[in-house]
Amino acid sequence: MVETENINTQAIWKILEDVYDPEVPVLSVIDLGIIRDVSIDNPPSGDGGILVTITPTYTGCPAMDVISMNIRFALIQNGYKKVNIKTILSPAWTTEWMSETGKEKLKSYGIAPPKAMQSVCTPGIFQQEEAVQCPLCNSYHTKLISRFGSTACKALYQCEDCKEPFDYFKCH
Amino acid sequence: MKKDLISYTIHLADSALILGHRNSEWCGHGPVLEQDIAITNISLDLIGQARNFYQYAAQLTGNNTTEDTLAYLRDAREFKNCLLTELPNGDWAVTVLRQFFFSAYQYLLYQQLQHSSDTQLAAIAEKSLKEVTYHLRWSSEWVIRLGDGTSESRQRILNAIEDLWMFTGELFKPADYEIEATAKGFGVNAELLKNDWLQNIKAIFEEATLPVPDENAWMQTGGKTGSHTEHLGFILADMQFLQRTYPGCEW
Repeated sequence: MVETENINTQAIWKILEDVYDPEVPVLSVIDLGIIRDVSIDNPPSGDGGILVTITPTYTGCPAMDVISMNIRFALIQNGYKKVNIKTILSPAWTTEWMSETGKEKLKSYGIAPPKAMQSVCTPGIFQQEEAVQCPLCNSYHTKLISRFGSTACKALYQCEDCKEPFDYFKCH
Repeated sequence: MKKDLISYTIHLADSALILGHRNSEWCGHGPVLEQDIAITNISLDLIGQARNFYQYAAQLTGNNTTEDTLAYLRDAREFKNCLLTELPNGDWAVTVLRQFFFSAYQYLLYQQLQHSSDTQLAAIAEKSLKEVTYHLRWSSEWVIRLGDGTSESRQRILNAIEDLWMFTGELFKPADYEIEATAKGFGVNAELLKNDWLQNIKAIFEEATLPVPDENAWMQTGGKTGSHTEHLGFILADMQFLQRTYPGCEW
């Protein structure tokens, strides 16, 4: 067991790099940008354990409960006995928090990564995201099929050149 | 103060849960696969919002109250959802129009609520607003497609307007706990949302070549204070059956 005085938050961040999103298994919780803080829950208010602060991607994302459990398991396996996980909603998660390595991993997994700029996060009707690149043939000649895809965080696209349908991790 | 905050939070939760449940009834029955996925994604977002509000209400209430006891163990008279959210799905036109009316309202509501003096309500609103933005865009586009589509689709959405319009007035008629919530600074004055809501409805209906009904028409109310249509009981029977029959059941 790791005693409170020996807890090193850098080591915790390192462990979290190996906790993956069950829905998009190439992304770690760090890549997703959902770990907002790692600290020691100091007495008297805390129990001297680790406090991991997370934020959900989407409010109804069913993966969040599993992610929370997996974070706990990973830390316990590494000898940390007291693990507290706190969920915060504000500031709201955005795809801008996704790491660059995360975006590269998504692309090689066959999911188009979110674009750097949020271009269509407004209620204006019939908007098209500009030039989402096909993760398979790299063509920018693609079209939106549906704003809502296989999970809350993705939209469904199709490539007009290679004709393959693909998921796009939409800006949020 | 606390009682009004709890009632207000439960009201927000109930509307989100009941509409989320209604939309989920489309799962596996959507007109095409992509739209089946869209409407069930919207369900998921709404149920997620409901969970956040219920968790907060449970924390405020104490006495072993949980998000589950609030969702599964209250009777129809205790539910404070707007009547619009409990109406049957009807055809696709009824479902998308109901979503459009409600999303246009929720969009304005959450825009204001994110500045609430209550930090947790503000945080939930800020988070949810991003999702509601998608819902509003999606449902607006469908209203336009149906209204300005074929004679069949047009007739269906005209029927839907006829059926749903009288349930829109309730959104802007505050219950006592909403009036208290506004007075104490943590809630939104629903009456003040009406004009902007109407402007949005008019803009989309114009694009859809649909007539805008009379805003001063007689409106049905009661849901916010527990007087529901006959439909809510059936929803609860479906949704609460398992927890009522096998208390505490988990899987």
